[in-house]
Amino acid sequence: MSKKDKSGQSLNQIKTSTNIVFNLVFLILAIMCVIPLLFVFSISITDEEVLRINGYQLFPQVMSASAYEFLWNERMTILRAAFMSVAVTVIGTIISIALNTSMGYVVSRRTFKLKQLYTWLLFIPMVFNGGMLASYVVVNNILKLNNNIWALILPLACSAFSVTICRTFFRTTVPDSIIESAKIDGAGQFRIWSQIVLPISKPVMATIGMFAAFGYWNDWFQASLYIQDSKLQTLQSLLNQMQKNIEYIANNPYGGLSMQEYKLSMPTESVRMAIAIVIIVPIACTYPFFQKYFISGLTIGSVKE
Amino acid sequence: MEMKKVIDEGKTRVKKPRKKRWSKDDTELFLLSLPTLLWFLIFSYLPMFGVIIAFKVYKLSPGGHGFIYNLLHSEWAGIGNFKYFFTSNSFSMLLRNTILYNIAFIIISASVAVGGALMLSSMRNKKGSKVYQTMMFLPYFMSWVVISYFVYALLTPERGYINGIITAMGGERIMWYQESKYWPFILVFLNTWKGMGYGMVLYLASITGIDPSLYEAAVMDGATKSQQARHITLPAIKPVFIMMLILDCGKIFNSDFGLFYQVTGQLPASLYTTASTFDTYIYNAIQSSAPIGQTAAASFFQAICSCATILLANWIVSKIDNENRII
Repeated sequence: MSKKDKSGQSLNQIKTSTNIVFNLVFLILAIMCVIPLLFVFSISITDEEVLRINGYQLFPQVMSASAYEFLWNERMTILRAAFMSVAVTVIGTIISIALNTSMGYVVSRRTFKLKQLYTWLLFIPMVFNGGMLASYVVVNNILKLNNNIWALILPLACSAFSVTICRTFFRTTVPDSIIESAKIDGAGQFRIWSQIVLPISKPVMATIGMFAAFGYWNDWFQASLYIQDSKLQTLQSLLNQMQKNIEYIANNPYGGLSMQEYKLSMPTESVRMAIAIVIIVPIACTYPFFQKYFISGLTIGSVKE
Repeated sequence: MEMKKVIDEGKTRVKKPRKKRWSKDDTELFLLSLPTLLWFLIFSYLPMFGVIIAFKVYKLSPGGHGFIYNLLHSEWAGIGNFKYFFTSNSFSMLLRNTILYNIAFIIISASVAVGGALMLSSMRNKKGSKVYQTMMFLPYFMSWVVISYFVYALLTPERGYINGIITAMGGERIMWYQESKYWPFILVFLNTWKGMGYGMVLYLASITGIDPSLYEAAVMDGATKSQQARHITLPAIKPVFIMMLILDCGKIFNSDFGLFYQVTGQLPASLYTTASTFDTYIYNAIQSSAPIGQTAAASFFQAICSCATILLANWIVSKIDNENRII
C-alpha cells in the first residue's frame, strides 16, 4: 500500500529543480517577512552615538542596552501602558467570546421563533454600515465614552462575521440530540449554552478568541480617536503618540513645549524601537501556536449555507 | 367601532392555526441573545441613523442638551453637505486614489495568494512549507503602527537602511517621505507583503481539501503538473476566489486607514495627493474642526458606495455563475 502511494507520489511530484526554485522563492519571501523585526531589534540595541554617526546597521558596531535601561527607568509609563493593553485584550476577548458565541448559538437553533428576523439583523451590517463618522459620533457624543477604557473594548467586541462563524460551527458540530436531551432533563437555554455547548466548542472559542485578542492587542485606531488621557494609553497608542510628537516637533521646533516635556516626548530612536519590540515579542511568540485556529476560522467562515 | 374592529382582528389572528407558538424556549433564547442584540442595535444600527447628520447643519442649541436633541433641532441642509463634498478639490483625487489603489491591491494580492498557494501545495518538503507559511503569516499580525516603525527604519533619510545602502554604493540619498513618486509602489508592496501569508494559507486550505483521487486519475491519463493545476486545482479554489473577490469589491471605496496614514508618517503635505483616501480625509476632518455635517456627507457617500459595489459584484457573479454568489 505504502509502496503504491510512494510510486504514485513520485509520478506526480514536481521536478527536483522546480522544487529547489520554489524553495528559494519562499525562502526569500519568508525572510522578507521576518527581517524587519531584526532591523528594529538591532536599532534598539545599538549605541545612540553610533546611530548618529553611522546610521542604522544590521550588525551594530557598539552594542548598548541603554534603550532597555531607559524603558526600565521609565517603567511606570511602560508598565501602565502594558497593563492597559493587557486589560483591554483580556476583558475584550472574554466579552467578545461571550457575545459572539451566545448570538451564534441562538441563531443556530432552527426552532427559534425570531430566527428569520435575526438572520436579517446580522446580514444588513455585513453590506451596510453607517460609516466612520457615525460610529465616532455614537461612541463619542451619544455614549460619551471619550477617555474611557470601554471605548477601546465595546466597538470591537462583536461582528456579524464572527457570529456567522459560531453559528456554522454550532450547526455542524453540536448534535441536536444533546440539546434535546438536556432540555428533557429540565435545563434552560442559558445552562445548555454555558454548560453543554461551550465546553464542546473549544475550537470555535479559540478561533473567535484569537481574532479578538490580536485585534485588541494591535488596536491603535480606537485609541487615537477616543483616548487623550495619557494614563489610559495602551502600548500601541504610546508608540503612535511618540511618532506623532516627533513629527510635531519636527514641524514646530520647541513649539509650545517646555524643555522637560520636550525631553520626555522625544525618546531616542533606540528607545522607540525597543518599545516596538516590547509590542511585537508577545505576538511573535504566540501566533505560531494559534495560527491553526485562524486558518480553521477562515475556512469555517467561508462555508456558506 | 374602530376599537371593535381591532379586537375582532386580534381574535381572528389568535384563532388562526399557527406553526408554532412563542414558547418558554424562545423567551430564554431571546434573553440569551439580548446583550448581543443590544450591541448590534447600538454599534451597527444606531450609526446607520447617523445618515441624518449628513443632511443637517449641526448646531449646539442653548441649554446644554444632548447630541440627539441638538441634532434634531438643527436646521436641514438638504443636499448642501454633499454638494460641498462633491465640488471640493479633494473629491476627484480621493475617488481616484481609493479606487485605483484598491484595484491594484485586489489584482496583485489575489495573484500572489493563488500563485503562492499553488507553489506551496506542490512543494515536496512539507515541513519546510509549514515553516515558510508561519514566517509569511507574521506581518498579518503586526499593527500598522508597528509596521510604520519598520518602514521608518528602512526609509528615514538620515539613518535609514536603504539610504545607507544607496550611499554605500555611491548614490544620492533619497528623501523618501518627501518624494511622492515612490509611494504608490511602496504602498502596494506593503499591502501585498502584509496580506501575503493570509491569502496563501487561505487558498492552500482549500487546495488541501481537494480529493487526491482526482489527481491520481489525471496522472493516469497523462496530465502534466500544469494541466492538473489548470483543470483540477484552479476550478476547486474558484468558490473561495470569488467570495474573496466579492468581499474585496465591497471594500473598494474603503481603505486600510493605517496603511495610508501611519505608514506615510501621518500623511505629510508632500504625500497628500498621492496617499489620501476617503478614510484619511474623514479621519482628518474628525480631528479638525470641520463642520460635522460635511464630514458625515463624505462618510455616508463612502458607506453607500460600498453597499452598492458589494451588491453589484454579487449580482454580476449571480448572472455569470449562480452557484458562487455569496448573498
